[in-house]
Amino acid sequence: MSLPRRILLALAAPVVALVVALAMSSVVLILSGSNPLEAFGDMIGHASRLETMVDILNRATPLYIAAVAVAIGFRMNLFNIGVEGQYLLAALVAAHVGALVNLPGPLRIVFILLVAMAVGAAYSGFAGVLKVTRGINEVISTIMLTAIAISGLVAYLIREWQAGGAIQGGVARVGTTPIPQSGLIPNLNSVLEFFTREIGQGKQLTGVLVIAILVGIGYHVLVNRTRFGFDLRASGINPFAAQVGGVPAKRMVVSAMVLSGAVAGLVGMAEINQVGFFPANPIKGLGFTGIAVALLGRNHPAGIILAALIFAFLDVSSGVLQFTGAASREIVVIMQGVIILAAVVAYEVARRARERQEAKSAAEALGDVKPSEEAA
Amino acid sequence: MSWAKLPAWLRWALYAAVGVLVLTIVQRFDETGSLTAAGSSQSMLRWAVPILLAGLGGLFSERAGVINIGLEGMMILGTWFGAWGAVVYGPWWGIVLAVAAGAVGGLLHAIATVTFNVDHVISGVAINILAPGITRFLSSEILTTLPGGSITQSPRVPGVGTFTLPILGGGSLGAWQSPDFFGWLAGREIFLISDLASLAKGLVTRISWVSLIALLFVPFTAWLLWRTRFGLRLRICGERPQAGEAQGINVYRYKYIGVVISGALSGLAGAFIASPELSGIYLEGQTTQRGFIGLAAVIFGNWRPFGVLGGALLFGYPFGIGLRDLDGSASHSLILVNAIGLAAVAVWAATRGKRRDAVLALVLGLAAAAWYLSSDTLPDVWINILPFVIVLIVLVFFAQRLRAPAADGLRYRKGEH
Amino acid sequence: MAAAIELSGITKRFPGVVANDQVNLTVEEGEIHAICGENGAGKSTLMKILYGMQLADSGTMKVHGREVRFVSPTEAIAAGIGMVHQHFMLADQLTVLENVILGAEPTKALGRINFEAARKHLREVGQAYGLTIDPEDLIEELEVGERQRVEIIKVLYRGAKILILDEPTAVLVPQEVEELFRNMRGLKEDGATILFIDHKLDEVLAIADTITVLRDGKTVATVKPHEVTAHDLAELMVGSELPTPETTESTVTDQVALDVDSVTVLDEEDRVLVDDVTFRIHRGEVVGIAGVEGNGQSELVDAILGTRLVHRGSIKLMGEDITVLPVRERRERGIGYIPQDRHREGLLLTAPLWENAALGHQTQEPFVNGIFIDRTGSKTRTEHIRKEFDVRTPNVDVHAHALSGGNQQKLIVGREMTAGPIVLLAAHPTRGIDVGAQGEVWDDIRLARSKGMATLLISADLDELIGLSDTIVVMLRGRLVATLDPAKVSPRELGAYMTGAKEGAA
Repeated sequence: MSLPRRILLALAAPVVALVVALAMSSVVLILSGSNPLEAFGDMIGHASRLETMVDILNRATPLYIAAVAVAIGFRMNLFNIGVEGQYLLAALVAAHVGALVNLPGPLRIVFILLVAMAVGAAYSGFAGVLKVTRGINEVISTIMLTAIAISGLVAYLIREWQAGGAIQGGVARVGTTPIPQSGLIPNLNSVLEFFTREIGQGKQLTGVLVIAILVGIGYHVLVNRTRFGFDLRASGINPFAAQVGGVPAKRMVVSAMVLSGAVAGLVGMAEINQVGFFPANPIKGLGFTGIAVALLGRNHPAGIILAALIFAFLDVSSGVLQFTGAASREIVVIMQGVIILAAVVAYEVARRARERQEAKSAAEALGDVKPSEEAA
Repeated sequence: MSWAKLPAWLRWALYAAVGVLVLTIVQRFDETGSLTAAGSSQSMLRWAVPILLAGLGGLFSERAGVINIGLEGMMILGTWFGAWGAVVYGPWWGIVLAVAAGAVGGLLHAIATVTFNVDHVISGVAINILAPGITRFLSSEILTTLPGGSITQSPRVPGVGTFTLPILGGGSLGAWQSPDFFGWLAGREIFLISDLASLAKGLVTRISWVSLIALLFVPFTAWLLWRTRFGLRLRICGERPQAGEAQGINVYRYKYIGVVISGALSGLAGAFIASPELSGIYLEGQTTQRGFIGLAAVIFGNWRPFGVLGGALLFGYPFGIGLRDLDGSASHSLILVNAIGLAAVAVWAATRGKRRDAVLALVLGLAAAAWYLSSDTLPDVWINILPFVIVLIVLVFFAQRLRAPAADGLRYRKGEH
Repeated sequence: MAAAIELSGITKRFPGVVANDQVNLTVEEGEIHAICGENGAGKSTLMKILYGMQLADSGTMKVHGREVRFVSPTEAIAAGIGMVHQHFMLADQLTVLENVILGAEPTKALGRINFEAARKHLREVGQAYGLTIDPEDLIEELEVGERQRVEIIKVLYRGAKILILDEPTAVLVPQEVEELFRNMRGLKEDGATILFIDHKLDEVLAIADTITVLRDGKTVATVKPHEVTAHDLAELMVGSELPTPETTESTVTDQVALDVDSVTVLDEEDRVLVDDVTFRIHRGEVVGIAGVEGNGQSELVDAILGTRLVHRGSIKLMGEDITVLPVRERRERGIGYIPQDRHREGLLLTAPLWENAALGHQTQEPFVNGIFIDRTGSKTRTEHIRKEFDVRTPNVDVHAHALSGGNQQKLIVGREMTAGPIVLLAAHPTRGIDVGAQGEVWDDIRLARSKGMATLLISADLDELIGLSDTIVVMLRGRLVATLDPAKVSPRELGAYMTGAKEGAA
């Protein structure tokens, strides 16, 4: 199959999913007495403004990292559904420890990142260990561990480590001890403003965006170019063949979970670096949405970028709709849900179409229309 | 007669009796009355019912070969429609709507996994993302218009009512107030017997009609799946769908039926969560992963209905205790129960020559014992997570021994072998 | 009287291939009719169409003179047709009874299964045809021959008068084949019509009343067994003589390549799968393991490859102990593996060929460059395999699932051979591939053997085993029960050892 045709096929499925989602949400909007055109118009109209774009990028950054964390597991058929718990726990510990140590600025930044990755890796790796040593399905264990992390560990530690709070924009916010400014990743406003106009409304483009990009590149290289990535993908496609091919199955499961958790640990960095500490009421749900983003992006490093931007756009648009009153802001959660369900179905249909096409063109290319029962 | 040859219900009943014995001893030792109080078993049953229903749902689905991670989402649909239906049309309509909503969720999962062959876990995850989106939107459109409702919660939800078993539990028959046998026995303060009676009284007093339906569904499921033509055909889809296909069975249809039943039962579980039995209100996020705990109960119960019931009661108990436990003392006692349970597992593993299991259970048991001895009460955050910890520990020791249906979770396409 | 079955002009296409091309077939009432043809000739597809599991693109089917159109097995069963599949259609976790009655359950009110009536009917059918089996046994407890009996009972239970048997002899030893043939003759006397697929020519000539030969999806001839010789049939099937696995002179050296010493392997429940097995393979030697499937052969191979723990005993490769090494290190030290099920253990179906060629060797030159996969090196090597081993593919970027079975197998063989293994573990290396590919695989093994490769060969094809091996050992219930000289043993004799009817010196 030619390359343009391949790309066309690859894009057809997500486009279909988006169209289905638009159609479904239009129906819902009309039923609830809103004008879908007006609503979508408001959403797109606002998204073209620089400040809204900054918001979208800020939202897309942690979503992208979360999705990569999920995707690492998906590539070998491991379902790390527990990114949610891993990132909250990691961010909390990293923020607390990072504020306590005495390190010069850049070192402190690195230290915080490393602690976050280590905590996420350990927590996720535990689920991997449970899987290979005790045969517990990782879907169940990561969900249970997430419940334990959020209602138990995080709830407990945030109380233990509460440090009064900080005044921010005239509002007192409660959380862990604030990290000194020098220990925070600087925002990218100046970089962006170099290309555009000045960013208004006090919006700041998160510096964690750089980390997200690095994570994306690292993910691509690791999975598609290295031996480890080969082993990982082979295990995902056919664990039996991988095993007789010398891939140590158990070690791969644990490694993949550890790696996934390490990336998950970075999800909360965007918030910490924006707020300056781990707030008592942090942004939740990024881990679960990350699963959706990974699915929509087909675990592809570039695909996930698009998916993260789409989801971030919808999240931000929810605020826009509330502001303009064109429709209920909750329509975006329905859109997200429909997109994801439509996408997974569309991908499967596209996959089968591609397989049939490939078998046919392989046979045609050989001019060898030999009967075969194997192809059945 | 060997242990394995005993009927399932008898085996589970004996397990339960031993469990009560442990609770009784701990209670004597710890001087809390609440472990075997009638209120505790009542509370356990209430908390077990949604897990049981979700678990039976999971059972139907997985016996038909479809893994259903979407139970949680279908349960969420059940909570919303159950609450809304009950508020607007009355409690029984709430049940009907919840079951229907759950079934629609199941239908979606069936379309994705059976017709389109999407990976079962991925489809389930997608449904778990879609469902709260739908309920949130519906809340914003509908609940906010109801007096006392908001975007995250509904007005008070009326219940379907309860009943008390006559004679055993002291319920009335017509105008006649029958004696209360278990209550009388519980008051006699006979070691173990009174404790058993007290727990039994909880199980026959003020039982929701839905709980009764859920409990009756256990033997019904066993009968349906193992004694009827429908059951055999459904099970072949989970074991070897190609064998069914070769005998002219429409595998797709049975898979659809299994998954839709699964959704309907999860919807019922959701309605129960929103009913006055547990909350009396729809609250966003109130299912708290109980769909997944239902799946854990399926695994623990070795894909059999009575086993699922056992798992549901086991996992429901700490929830039930925690809920009634304002000062944290009963949950604290529960840690000792865990320690004893782990010790029992250690002995059991040792007699079967599973050295590693025995050592692991012993270490965990000692840790629990040490925790118990070094504290007096359990802070609320730990009470909240105790059920999840117990689920994990139970799976640590049981997940490996059990066998899922052979074709569970595998993709199936007609004409491909 | 109308023929039992009359197919005319049946055509069936799959993406890129024509499995059946204008096939005509007439099966007379009460005869045993053999369908011959090599793998890939379209036999199974034709039978699936007849049984309603596949829909023909064109053509007509008549049963007892009445035109029929089957869209599912239900209609075929209703028309009195039953099929015994090559891969048994049985659920391991269900009982014999449940498997047999499935789809034809006698019921009482409320859809309850009438187990009493079912047991009674099962007993009657069993007695009528002399096939007995305990209805309460779980399928997983049964041996291969017994499972086949369950499949046949399943068909008879439904009162089928036309039986389709898809390669029924493939998994049986000669003695079991004789028993099967006796049963078939008995069924024929009771008025059944039997249609069976086989490609072992002597068997076909021994039992069939009529033989139809398929080649490249077309019917090439319908003959009577007394009119033809095995040679003629082979000619019809492949248009030339069949390749033989025979090796000529011995290349066995006195250098021990693989030394398996008192190896015991247990399963999760501590049951013994491989029991104290000892043997050696020298460089240039092929040691064949004969055994009915499920007697520990595949577990032994797993243990040598390293995917199963060795409970007791040791395994040495060129004198070095590898008993506890991980799979990867064993492969790096020179163990090659051709798995028995290429889709399950051999290939990454949804990955390109060059990645498949790297699988198992991804830590070695030329597939790797430091921690990175060497894509250029991998593709060059894959091109080399493609030419050297005649893998028919447009390029090395297509996914493995797009290839035919024979080409997939050649890719696997090429991948393992190109790595130059010291010891090759070959499990059923020619199962399910066409004659051309089969001959090529045999040539490859013979060539590598002459260069000093030691081979452990497992095969259910006793001719292949006897032809290729320098030494044959027989495995029964996990033990080596006999060591035989292939030059002096017949398939029949071998079969006797395999079933334990004959005992020898291990």
